Amino acid sequence: MAGKGRGVAAFTFNIEALGIGRGSMPEARVGPSPLFPNTDFKPVPLKAGEDEDYMLALKQEMRGAMQRLPHNIKFESNKSEVERYTEKYLKYSQMEDEQWIPDWNLFPKELMPQKKKPHAKPGTKRKTVKLSRKETEDMLNKLDELSKKDDGNPEKSDDEAEKKKGNADEEEDVEEEEYDEEDIEEENDYIESYFDNGEDFAAGSDDNMDGEATY
Amino acid sequence: MTSQEVRLCGLLLREHFGDVVEKVGTHLLKSGAQNLRTIIHETGISLDLVKKSLCVLVQHGACVFSPGRKGRGSPTEYVASCDRILRILRYPRYIYTAKTLYGDTGELIIEELLQRGHMTLSNTVKTVADRLTQNMEEGHSMDYSEVSSAFSKLVETHFLQRCPPPAGAGSKDSTTEPTPESFPDCYKMPHVTLVGRGKRQLSTEDGEEQRNAKKARLAIEVGTHGDEGIYWQVNLERFHLHFRDQTIISAVANKLDQTSSEIVRTMLRMSEVTTSPAATCTKPLSANEIFRSLPSGYNIPRPILDQYLTLLVDDPMEFVGKAGESGGGMFVVNLDRALANLARATLESVVQERFGSRSARIFRLLLRKRHLEQKQVEDFAMIPAKEAKEMLYTLLSQNLVQLQEIPKTADFAPSRTFYLYTVNQLPTARMLLQNCYKTVANLIERRLFESKESKRLLEKSQRIEAILASLQASGAEPEQLTEVEEMITAPEKQQLDALRLHINKLDSAENQVDETIFLLESYINSTASSTS
Repeated sequence: MAGKGRGVAAFTFNIEALGIGRGSMPEARVGPSPLFPNTDFKPVPLKAGEDEDYMLALKQEMRGAMQRLPHNIKFESNKSEVERYTEKYLKYSQMEDEQWIPDWNLFPKELMPQKKKPHAKPGTKRKTVKLSRKETEDMLNKLDELSKKDDGNPEKSDDEAEKKKGNADEEEDVEEEEYDEEDIEEENDYIESYFDNGEDFAAGSDDNMDGEATY
Repeated sequence: MTSQEVRLCGLLLREHFGDVVEKVGTHLLKSGAQNLRTIIHETGISLDLVKKSLCVLVQHGACVFSPGRKGRGSPTEYVASCDRILRILRYPRYIYTAKTLYGDTGELIIEELLQRGHMTLSNTVKTVADRLTQNMEEGHSMDYSEVSSAFSKLVETHFLQRCPPPAGAGSKDSTTEPTPESFPDCYKMPHVTLVGRGKRQLSTEDGEEQRNAKKARLAIEVGTHGDEGIYWQVNLERFHLHFRDQTIISAVANKLDQTSSEIVRTMLRMSEVTTSPAATCTKPLSANEIFRSLPSGYNIPRPILDQYLTLLVDDPMEFVGKAGESGGGMFVVNLDRALANLARATLESVVQERFGSRSARIFRLLLRKRHLEQKQVEDFAMIPAKEAKEMLYTLLSQNLVQLQEIPKTADFAPSRTFYLYTVNQLPTARMLLQNCYKTVANLIERRLFESKESKRLLEKSQRIEAILASLQASGAEPEQLTEVEEMITAPEKQQLDALRLHINKLDSAENQVDETIFLLESYINSTASSTS
């Protein structure tokens, strides 16, 4: 900062070369520039004519239409319990084709929504599955190993077992749950005879399963 | 992908496709190519919502997917394209152009295709016929064949094109994605005969049942026509060429007169099919051909036409150039130079409106004389020294003017260096384009702010309108209607009117800023292709 104490604006070069005199320097800045500076010249008014009005109407219509199409995706919101009276009138403006199914030939397969296969609750009727003998043996061996390994994590064993069998039939999942549950129930203090594990009774008591994730 | 562009794209996506698509879209824009797992992990949105958003983006052409870069086993990657999303701003202009060229039918076809991304021919025809029938009088309905003929006219003039087939379906080892143009059947109409008329939708009380019946009917009808898998989309580039031609013609009309603009319009029309989109000028046309192709309303004699052509060639805007002497003179329309000159005029008018006409004089001077010293600027512009200095520094601080140093000695000593002021047209145009994007984003935000402020009032008026509509449909007496109308008090009505006025102004401003955006973008794209 040479010359800081001597002169306020002392430069390292001859200022005359730039054509600026000492007196004609603009004032020094004291802070950041204002967020909304004053404009000396006001902007030109907008064009107004038939074309512009028509395009304005088109734009607003298109915005409204696109917000009603099924392309418009909103985050899931908690709907209020009771439907307000006036919402019945607003529903008339909804578009009819709520479902939009894209042509899957043009889209990558991974974007297809996976249908949630309803895992059968224990106790409901299951279809009998023809498994090859070798596969059943393998499964039984693996399940025995798993049940010995982790006693305290019934969920984890479920997941692992299901992932391993993911390549095989889906319906094998159903069989597995049956095996896993029998293993788990033996760990309880409850005597089995007290708890009537009948076909239709257990279907209603799903929530009471110890730590078993319900699907 | 500048930050202004990303901000504007986010706002456009939110307005048209909802919040979820906005989040996914902006994330893709900021981070480039990503696969599904990464998107889910980084945005924190649930799997099926992300899947749906990606489907919507791909459907509208805003996102493309390609097999992963790391080889055959890697997951597909998605890339969002900023340009395509910014085109949403221009949709009203496309629809209006289609209306002027092809009437209401063409307008509705383009509107449906823009709203849905891409559709098959049969779907489009049915939807458009139904919509047209809605607006016609009782007893009349729109025939499918009329809509089909409008559709085929649009395809002939290349305003519509087929979507390219998916990248993975064709050859396995092609690394480049097929553009729509490289597909040979791009503009071929499928052999489908659609027989039928539009159906009028009955507005009855039991709309629910009607809707279910219609859904069942649609489900049965799908798959009965022969054009499955052939999807059509709007060819935005062709519209851009049309806009460019329109701009040139109106510029000639403003600068010279109506007859010269008709001559230029004839020349452009004759060279529509022979000029490629990236050409710098049209193919040469002889004066004899132009004379023969002039529209019949303009009976100008041959020598007058020659005079007009000479005037056009001599004009400093260089719209028309002379390419030879055969056939009475060969003339071309200089598309690139015309765009550059139009962009220059835009820059000059921006400076004039923001800083005054004297600053604009300095700016124009620097554009023409390229490099000038401080003293020379004062002399040529005939402005007193002190004011000229201030104006130059204001322009310099706004980055519209740059300083170039030319040393006399190797050590760049300031007393022995020339300081020249200069204006570079291309970087200045880019900077102004970013300003335009920022402007539109600000306009949209202000409009959303205004609607949010008066949200309660707007909802109330919407509810009252809906109640009125249902009352009228079920046939109520006038007293009931007036009673419902009076639910809005007079000051509330005033507030609503003021709000509507503001929103209309902001919307209209967005449309008009988009015209400037189009001009600057065309200029920048034309220079980019010529230098490559």
